[in-house]
Amino acid sequence: MPRVALFITCVNDALFPAAPKAVVQILERLGYDVDFPEAQTCCGQMHANSGYKQDAATLASAFETVFGDYDAIVTPSGSCAAMARDQYPHLIGSDIGDHVYELSEFLIDVAGVEDVGARFPHTVTYHPTCHGTRALGLGDKPMRLLRAVEDIELVDLPAADQCCGFGGTFALKNSEVSSAMLADKCRNAAATGAEYLAAADNSCLTHIGGGISRLQHTAGAAERRGPRPIHYAEILASTA
Amino acid sequence: MSAEPSFVPAASLIPADAPFPKAAKVALGMPQLRKNLAHATGTIRAKRAAVAGELDDWEALRDAAAAIKADVQHRLPELAVEFERNATAAGAHVHWARDAKEANEIAARLVREAGADDVVKVKSMATQEIELNEHFEAVGLKAYETDLAELIVQLAEDKPSHILVPAIHYNRTQIREIFDQKMGDAPAGLTDEPAALAEAARLHLRRRFLSAKVAVSGANFAVAETGSLVVVESEGNGRMCLTMPETLISIVGIEKLLPRFTDLEVFMQLLPRSSTGERMNPYTSVWTGSRGGDGPKDVHVILLDNGRTNVLADEVGRQALSCIRCSACLNVCPVYERTGGHAYGHVYPGPIGAILAPQLEPGRHDDLPYASSLCGACYEVCPVKINIPEVLVHLRQQGPHQAGEQAAMRAATAVMARPRLWRAALRGARLGSMPWRRKGFMRRLPWPGSRWTVSRDLPVPPKEDFRDWWKERGR
Repeated sequence: MPRVALFITCVNDALFPAAPKAVVQILERLGYDVDFPEAQTCCGQMHANSGYKQDAATLASAFETVFGDYDAIVTPSGSCAAMARDQYPHLIGSDIGDHVYELSEFLIDVAGVEDVGARFPHTVTYHPTCHGTRALGLGDKPMRLLRAVEDIELVDLPAADQCCGFGGTFALKNSEVSSAMLADKCRNAAATGAEYLAAADNSCLTHIGGGISRLQHTAGAAERRGPRPIHYAEILASTA
Repeated sequence: MSAEPSFVPAASLIPADAPFPKAAKVALGMPQLRKNLAHATGTIRAKRAAVAGELDDWEALRDAAAAIKADVQHRLPELAVEFERNATAAGAHVHWARDAKEANEIAARLVREAGADDVVKVKSMATQEIELNEHFEAVGLKAYETDLAELIVQLAEDKPSHILVPAIHYNRTQIREIFDQKMGDAPAGLTDEPAALAEAARLHLRRRFLSAKVAVSGANFAVAETGSLVVVESEGNGRMCLTMPETLISIVGIEKLLPRFTDLEVFMQLLPRSSTGERMNPYTSVWTGSRGGDGPKDVHVILLDNGRTNVLADEVGRQALSCIRCSACLNVCPVYERTGGHAYGHVYPGPIGAILAPQLEPGRHDDLPYASSLCGACYEVCPVKINIPEVLVHLRQQGPHQAGEQAAMRAATAVMARPRLWRAALRGARLGSMPWRRKGFMRRLPWPGSRWTVSRDLPVPPKEDFRDWWKERGR
């Protein structure tokens, strides 16, 4: 079996260990030998998209040094995979992005599986994150994996293709517009009545989850005001 | 009901020259505006998606349009000269205007030479861009808008807030009030039925068409091969302006050039479907110079630069010149949908404005490339495949940065470029956030974190991170 490298992303490194753990569990269940290069840090997207090209290039070069020897680099982030694929060529003249796979791309396009042997007896709604959908062109790959999960009940998210308003530093620089976009996303998520809101990017889930958490606090309600955010890798890893 | 009065010139409520975040905040606080916008953009968005989806070769058409526009950008000077030669041979007078001032002065002079002191106007973004109406006003001439939505905006003494639907921020109740109070000859007992409003405007405009000596237009396309201009419209007001007055003055941005007449085949499929969501627009007017008999005797074309050659010099940014002003990007933009056009502070709002305005007027509008979450919905619908997110990021990389932010970014790079420092920083964050661990999230952070916590909680780092877990597995 080929060795694959795991790129966990800086957001998961700092805040969300569950998603990269889930990727390791899924890949090992399928028989892959997973390597975690400990020198990894960040793909540089925040810098590039905030207008700091040189800084982004520094981090992109560091990424290439760390991951350059692997044939496949798997990451639980559509956004970071898109960064490597779309921006590294003109940032540092590197095509390493061709070897970076968002989890669903690796599972479906490389491993050739849709059913990863998961069971998740809950209602789930799925938010297709912008970079995964539009920049990476994931299409329905994450949904195909989720549909194969035993006992899952998938509920459609209204206006699913609308951005949640995160956009990296956009959430800070244009906080009010971002918050208005978030409010609509949270309302649509709550309207599904689902227990979980799944997505392929924990940065977007931090935003939506943070919004739902705040709504819950503001309303002072005992019951949930919306679904719990969950990375879809955690659902695929679950055998509950 | 809304707190704001039902009809106040919307642009007057948005602070002029305020940076986008500030202007957007004001717009977000106008419930009627947001309701009107969400309804209107949602409707056009659905229509566009339906008619674009009907064509099997939609993607091939987009590729063809992008290729034609790229070709135009590669040989713009020669195409402009070819257009001048062919238009002149057909009896048109071609003028060259370096900037807004030159274009306005040429237009005003031509109106005077025609012995007129007013003109009727076809809807035109180029004339909005150069503020032709304001210039005419200042030199004692009067320009009358004849496009229904432009008429509404002009009567309201407002500014357009959308490229295609300039009065998108008004609903029909507000439009009835504007007609009632400002038109002067609105029929008594005017209702807010769309047909009644359109009829009132039709009667009002008819007199102007019949008496006008001079018309001013823009053009959607300028064909170099034949020297022809093309105007695509819905209401027929354009056809009236283009055929009835004796003198016709068309102000055309040089990026509107197309090499061949047959190129129109591609754009005439893409433009109506992308803009109004129609398979075909009701009126397409094509004219080539002056022909005697019917139509204007005196035909003028003012080719307008006004910053376009500067945009052309930027290899990444120049794709903004491919824009055919369909406004599909505005209608799908989650930011535009919530703020409307006035918040952008430029005649070109929305995603295309965010990349065009800062390039046409370098040094101004540096805030606009940041008025996007980079969601990419604009690029997905753009009929000429302008990679708007790519240009937004490119412009952010050119622009000045705020000193504090720059220091923070540099510090982040210094840490992230050194794995040991990065791991130390992660440990530091876990220690520093220990007081919030039980709660699981932070609700109030000092600035700039307060920009986040204004509407969302922030999770705290976990007790055990991925690296701990990985180490424990003994790998």
